[in-house]
Amino acid sequence: MEYKDYYKIMGVERKAKQDEIKRAYRKLARKYHPDVSKEKDAELKFKDLGEAYEVLKDPEKRTAYDQLGSNWKAQQDFRPPPDWGTGFEFRGAPQGGGAPDGFSDFFESLFGQARGPAGGSRGFHMHGEDHHAKILIELEDSYHGASRSISLRMPEVTPEGHVVTRNRTLKVKIPKGIRQGQQIRLGGQGAKGQGSGRAGDLFLEVEFNPHRYYHVEGADVYLDLPLAPWEAALGASVKVPTPSGAIDLKVPENSQAGKKLRLKGRGIPAKSPGDLYVVLQIVLPSVDDDKARELYQRMRDEVSFNPRATMEVA
Amino acid sequence: MMSNEKSGEKILIGQVLEDSDVITLADLCRSCTVKTETVTLLVSEGILEPVGGDKEHWQFRIGSLRRVKTAIHLQRDLGVNLAGAALALELLDQVAELKRMLEAVSSN
Repeated sequence: MEYKDYYKIMGVERKAKQDEIKRAYRKLARKYHPDVSKEKDAELKFKDLGEAYEVLKDPEKRTAYDQLGSNWKAQQDFRPPPDWGTGFEFRGAPQGGGAPDGFSDFFESLFGQARGPAGGSRGFHMHGEDHHAKILIELEDSYHGASRSISLRMPEVTPEGHVVTRNRTLKVKIPKGIRQGQQIRLGGQGAKGQGSGRAGDLFLEVEFNPHRYYHVEGADVYLDLPLAPWEAALGASVKVPTPSGAIDLKVPENSQAGKKLRLKGRGIPAKSPGDLYVVLQIVLPSVDDDKARELYQRMRDEVSFNPRATMEVA
Repeated sequence: MMSNEKSGEKILIGQVLEDSDVITLADLCRSCTVKTETVTLLVSEGILEPVGGDKEHWQFRIGSLRRVKTAIHLQRDLGVNLAGAALALELLDQVAELKRMLEAVSSN
């Protein structure tokens, strides 16, 4: 198993005082807390941090850990010394402050045996806790329905009272018409019950991956459609992508930028289907050549148009 | 300790719940493994908003489940009190809202 450098994880020196350790923990916990953090690997870092703090905050565990010496390097292959644990008494299961779910093999080998069975599991029946996770899907999945795999790391208590982290991959049906914010409840996929208690459920909160073209509000889908000035002015029929496939859209004459064209029922195919809104945008060709310049100049000279007519300025 | 488990190719079919669907106080407590008193505290702190009048008939939106868990995790892991957790939750909501707006703007 790998040696873990708890001081390095906490970013403190080996001679750090207890209050420095607490300070470092609080600071890093705020940074990497999975409910708060947007950092990559936040969950893993938070777990390491919880483990490091579990050891370093407890003078007894810390002293024992220190006795391993400072020559170990993080990730170095580690075996506890044969006389390990003599003269120390590690009390109780980890509590408060830190990830309650499975600590590393390294931690278990040093401090694990001292833990009693968690929460008196014998002759005790309790309904398992529900678990919550997010599932990120594509907008198109909601249009067509799909099945998606989701990987979850779940803490689990073994009959001996050890907490282990299980990696689970579940394949989940994404029903057609699902919307952001809805939840998919998978019965019995949460934490196992204790004794004859029923397992908890798994709630998956649905979220769409950001899309290049579309954004979604409820069951309605919005698309910004770039148009050339003459398409907007003269009207045109243009090819437009929609999540259910390309369509031909008729742009009416004299369309202004920002105008919304509603395609009824082409939003998310929910029970009451949403609409697809095409929001027109006018993109001007830049004056890169003489021809374009000449045409703009002709419009300036020959078209009577004051876009600031309502602003009462000369 | 890690172990891997693959549930084969079986496709799980779940029940779709609206964010606005409600559950009872008892279900909320069971789902999040918290005591009634904790829920009462969360309500008095404004973290949770019950629907349906007096305490005997309290119901909570499905969307509250995550909120309860986050509040409890923040309290446990960061050493903040419930008021602090409430503030963090509100700020997190704001961050999520801003992110959503930013995405809507940058997809233009």
